Amino acid sequence: MKDVVLQNIVKTYGTDESCAVDNVSFSVEKGELFGLIGPDGAGKTSIFRMLTTLLLPNSGSAQVCGYDIVKDYTSIRNIVGYMPGKFSLYQDLTIEENLSFFATIFNTTIKENYNLIRDIYEQIEPFKDRRAGNLSGGMKQKLALCCALIHKPEVLFLDEPTTGVDAVSRKEFWEMLARLKKEGITILVSTPYMDEASLCENIALIQSGKILDINTPSGIISSYPNQLYAVKATHMSRLLHDLQSFTNTNSCFSFGEFHHISLQEDSEKQIQTLHSYLQQAKHTNIQIQAIVPSIEDCFIERMRNE
Amino acid sequence: MKQFLSFIKKEFYHVFRDKKTLLMLFGLPIIEIVLFGFALTNEIKNSKIVVCDYSQDEASQLLTQKIESNYNFTVEKNLLSHNEIENSFKQGDIKLAIVFPSNFQQSLFHENIAQIQIIADASDPNTAYTLTNYMKQIILDYQRSILPKGAIPMQIQSEMKMLYNPELKASINFVPGVMALILTLICVMMTSVSIVREKELGTMEILLVSPSNPIMIIIAKAIPYLVVSIINLIIILLLSVFLLDMPIHGSIILLFAESILLIITALSLGLLISNSTANQQSAMLISLMGMLLPTMMFTGFMFPIENMPIPLQVISNLVPAKWYYTIVKSIMVQGLGFAAIWKETLVLIGMTVFLLTVSIKKFKIRLS
Repeated sequence: MKDVVLQNIVKTYGTDESCAVDNVSFSVEKGELFGLIGPDGAGKTSIFRMLTTLLLPNSGSAQVCGYDIVKDYTSIRNIVGYMPGKFSLYQDLTIEENLSFFATIFNTTIKENYNLIRDIYEQIEPFKDRRAGNLSGGMKQKLALCCALIHKPEVLFLDEPTTGVDAVSRKEFWEMLARLKKEGITILVSTPYMDEASLCENIALIQSGKILDINTPSGIISSYPNQLYAVKATHMSRLLHDLQSFTNTNSCFSFGEFHHISLQEDSEKQIQTLHSYLQQAKHTNIQIQAIVPSIEDCFIERMRNE
Repeated sequence: MKQFLSFIKKEFYHVFRDKKTLLMLFGLPIIEIVLFGFALTNEIKNSKIVVCDYSQDEASQLLTQKIESNYNFTVEKNLLSHNEIENSFKQGDIKLAIVFPSNFQQSLFHENIAQIQIIADASDPNTAYTLTNYMKQIILDYQRSILPKGAIPMQIQSEMKMLYNPELKASINFVPGVMALILTLICVMMTSVSIVREKELGTMEILLVSPSNPIMIIIAKAIPYLVVSIINLIIILLLSVFLLDMPIHGSIILLFAESILLIITALSLGLLISNSTANQQSAMLISLMGMLLPTMMFTGFMFPIENMPIPLQVISNLVPAKWYYTIVKSIMVQGLGFAAIWKETLVLIGMTVFLLTVSIKKFKIRLS
């Protein structure tokens, strides 16, 4: 049973020729945690807004829980939970007032579905009389999640929930999502952070409105075509320049404290050639190690091929 | 229903937690009434004048006393020479100067003709005109009093009666005007900002992706401002009755009912602006430009509509405050009943139904 299905969805804004969402199709199984991974402006928010019936697609069709996003928009609005990218609760209402307001407009009460939000709500409950505008980023995000969950939605849409949130809160947030998944809620989450992709069951890589790949995180990693090496030396910027001018280099880019490089012709011997080439170029403390590519490496590789 | 109540509660929180706006909501009417009542009045009271009396005889002094006893004038100074007149105009807030030539009494009683010079500060032409008229009236009265009985064979005495406002108080004119102005301005401005604020903050996105009904959202938005406006109305009426001695001749219940009708008209207009704009600034600007000026100009309490060119008179019919102003004047000043104002009431009801329908129709069930 598929909870979310998109078929050839196209979305353009105004008279703009370029598509914000360009012929996108994918589907999400019931109870799945699905990630939409891509940089800012890739079209993630547009897809979410179409699925939550806030925008109409120019062409293509999509269903949420079997309801058409254009025709049956009122039915969809009753059964989905939506957390927009921007913090969108009432800043001048307290935590408790926000939560009970959203519970009432969904014809439910805080008590009724409290077990669903208990884990999350307990963390912000000590501050329940504080106005939402005075909360930290992590607390705002927890409150927003509580409000999106209060009516026990069948599908939960989370648009960049972890943007602007510190690393600890991000980790906690993903743990919360894993628990929600156990409750059987289908979750669609979008994020620009590639490191979060591995926490999803299935991911779609998206760039400039086009889907680059849809697979499990490990599937995407194993489809990486080359062996990847991480290279490090004392002078990193000179190193990058030298690696790029190395004749056998296939791709090379800076990645955190390392440079990631793949070679055209790959063998033990070629690595030694590279090592001596760098020594000749007077690099010191040279480290070269074979690594498993990350989602980000795969993303960059896909973008290079587009 | 529970949803609806919860919406209204939320809107009340918004209104009462925004202390600055709340202060403006209740401060504005008080300030306007006090300003119009005491500072911006076009009544002429206690205008300061100077007298330059070269004659210093019985007749000139009697006339000066008469002038002084009139509540319109206060004799500020007696000048010794007319050379000082211009100086005193320049120096102080002197509105008028009177010059008695020498031998005033002698000329009056022996030559049967005497002259008085009245010099007015005409930088404000209306005031100068009114003051010189008052002065002429005093002099005429004096002249009549010194005439021997039967000296003039035929005489027409005109008797004037000022209906509804015998004391010619300006407040009778401006209190209804201020009521119309305040109620329309506050209702239009506050509601126009309220829906746009939800769009700007992004909360509208969540409200749309919920089972809530657009009509419910819209009506819940308007209710707190309805309450605030009724409180404002009570404040304005209390101030005008007890501070400005403005009577309410007609039925108070009718007055409130008509006021609530105007409030609802203004709220609907505010909602329409709110539904048609993208951000708070443009909503604010449209409601200010679209309401403040037309309401001031076309209500009739500042500039009489009858004196305007025909196209402007036609436009004035579009301003709800104009109809309300007529209604309030009829009830408060003339003490008339519903029979006299049913036409104006009908116009307001028509406007409300139209505006409300359009704004509900225009409410967007999606983004963009």
